[in-house]
Amino acid sequence: MKKVFERPKSMYPVSTHYCPGCGHGIVHRLIAEVIDELGILEKTVGVAPVGCSVLLYNYLNCDMYEAAHGRAPAIATGCKRVHPELVVFTYQGDGDLASIGTAEIIHAAARGEKISTFFINNAIYGMTGGQMAPTTLIGQKTTTSPFGRTSEEAGYPLRVSEILATLDGAAYVARVAVNDPKNVIRAKKAIKKAFETQMKGLGFSLVEVLSQCPTPWKMSPSEAVKWVEEKMMPYYPLGEFKSPKEEG
Amino acid sequence: MIALKTLPKEEKRRKGMIVINEALCKGCTLCVNVCPFHLIQIADHISSKGYYPAKFVDLEGKCTGCTLCAIMCPDVAIEVYR
Amino acid sequence: MGKKTLMTGNEAIAEAAVQAGCRHFFGYPITPQSEIPEYLSKRFPEVGGCFLQAESEIASIYMVFGAAGAGARVMTSSSSPGISLMQEGISYISAAELPCVIVNVMRGGPGLGGIQPSQSDYFQATKGGGHGDYHVLVLAPSTVQEAADLMMEAFDLADKYRNPVMILGDGFLGQMIEPVEFKRRSSTDRPARDWTITGAKGRAQNVVKSLYLKPDVLEQHNLQLHRKYQKMIKNERRVETYLTEDAQVVIVAFGMAARIAKTAIKILREKDIKAGLVRPISLFPFPYQTLEKVAEKVDKLLVVEMNLGQMIEDVKLGVCGKAAVHFYGRVGGMVPSYDEIVAEVEKIVKKKR
Repeated sequence: MKKVFERPKSMYPVSTHYCPGCGHGIVHRLIAEVIDELGILEKTVGVAPVGCSVLLYNYLNCDMYEAAHGRAPAIATGCKRVHPELVVFTYQGDGDLASIGTAEIIHAAARGEKISTFFINNAIYGMTGGQMAPTTLIGQKTTTSPFGRTSEEAGYPLRVSEILATLDGAAYVARVAVNDPKNVIRAKKAIKKAFETQMKGLGFSLVEVLSQCPTPWKMSPSEAVKWVEEKMMPYYPLGEFKSPKEEG
Repeated sequence: MIALKTLPKEEKRRKGMIVINEALCKGCTLCVNVCPFHLIQIADHISSKGYYPAKFVDLEGKCTGCTLCAIMCPDVAIEVYR
Repeated sequence: MGKKTLMTGNEAIAEAAVQAGCRHFFGYPITPQSEIPEYLSKRFPEVGGCFLQAESEIASIYMVFGAAGAGARVMTSSSSPGISLMQEGISYISAAELPCVIVNVMRGGPGLGGIQPSQSDYFQATKGGGHGDYHVLVLAPSTVQEAADLMMEAFDLADKYRNPVMILGDGFLGQMIEPVEFKRRSSTDRPARDWTITGAKGRAQNVVKSLYLKPDVLEQHNLQLHRKYQKMIKNERRVETYLTEDAQVVIVAFGMAARIAKTAIKILREKDIKAGLVRPISLFPFPYQTLEKVAEKVDKLLVVEMNLGQMIEDVKLGVCGKAAVHFYGRVGGMVPSYDEIVAEVEKIVKKKR
């Protein structure tokens, strides 16, 4: 027998600080696998957000920035404009990207900035202890929507992929999930496509990942992956919202 | 890490197998749920990390090395052999 | 160039940046400094530079963060309200020890305030502005020529200390036209920057960050920054003294206010009042020692600012009670005239102390 599945080279051999069952670990691994497969470790630069994944640079071994809350696309822009030959990505949660960082992400996409963004949507603020996010679903209970989010008080959850797909600068926009093996495999394909879109110089690319966040959701990991499918997917449908023309 | 040449002879006849790194496993059970042959269980001891880790139990050699468990593992704690 | 050209302060600042080797600019338009981005948007294509008009000052400063982290010679410029928006980023840049140059062409505040010249961002510039224990090196020119000279030097200082350097001017300096000469620089070599983000090729990962979760590690980081600021204090104090040798009264002023004070001093001397001037050029580090020495010989000082008394606090720290420190200021875009300063000096000369 030979080894057919092992830790990607672009990942440090360390344990993460994430809760059991958290989707971040899966997405980290997928990004690392794609970096390995494309052979771009030496020219990849990541920008970590503020949120649970702030320590991303402890897990991926490419060059990295650690950004201020929401500003990762601006930092990625600064880096890419200095080194157009590098492959630059941001990794952002829903508080970071869809709340405090809406201006930065929309304008990075509108400029067609040749960066890739991996947007982890788990409908809650994980790091600060489970508060309401801009992507929290109507009716969802969080520590700051204890009776469930209502549209009267808190408005409606943001569908980031759909918004960004309307922008001419965005070349590739897809929403995927990591709740079951089939979706994980699709998520990896989307991540690869996002990197390839950037490397071909076609414009901005974003992959939104619906991700389980069991602890703040107050669920077991098994319940959490079901919740992604049953509650999140109806509001946040999976699929490619925009794809480079040359690939149909 | 496991050295394959040290495995007992019958292990070599298997189609597939997995090795779970207990130091990385947080016992989230996502691998348990996806194994088509139900070959992964939660152990009854506590790991050095403080979790009940997943353990691979394949008495009949059913594992095909399909990698579904490793694909779902958020902690990259599973290596698959085939 | 090598010969004198007539330029506005804003244009001279922009051209000086180009000649200092700056090739990346990220900014957002705001009066009274918009000529800087306008100039660079035309000039950069000639030298292969990157000009990017960002969506906000917040994004601008983080683009500067990204470019500085990637090893570029980079700048931004703005005016007071925009600089306020950048404070978060300036704190992060200081923490991550990234070299960059920030130009603040000050206008009257607080709030949206007005668009006329002011010096009311002294506290913000010299005492922090953002959160945490950090300092920005602050240089305050008073002529278009000095603005160009300091701008060129600012990039070298930023590299030397891996720290943001702020050029603190005002709307007056930015808008007025004077002859300026861009002096050939002795060296354009930059120090080694092995910490920058270039892709981890043949080396371990580089990380540009400001997060230190362990308190003992964060304390060490702060102490290391502090040692750097102590070095700046030791090496980078700049000050001009004018007719202080025989002075009976000394005016302390920076930037445009100092320039007006010089005219007042000439008039006062014609009236047999021996006035002199101390003009701090570096506002951080502040030239406390110069004021300490002046206060040993002169018992009356007048601080003139285009605010309601900000630098006066540093002047008092330098003087340390050895002389009386008086104040005259105009605000809101009103500029003190030399007549007003003359009258103010005549008033305090008559006072017992």
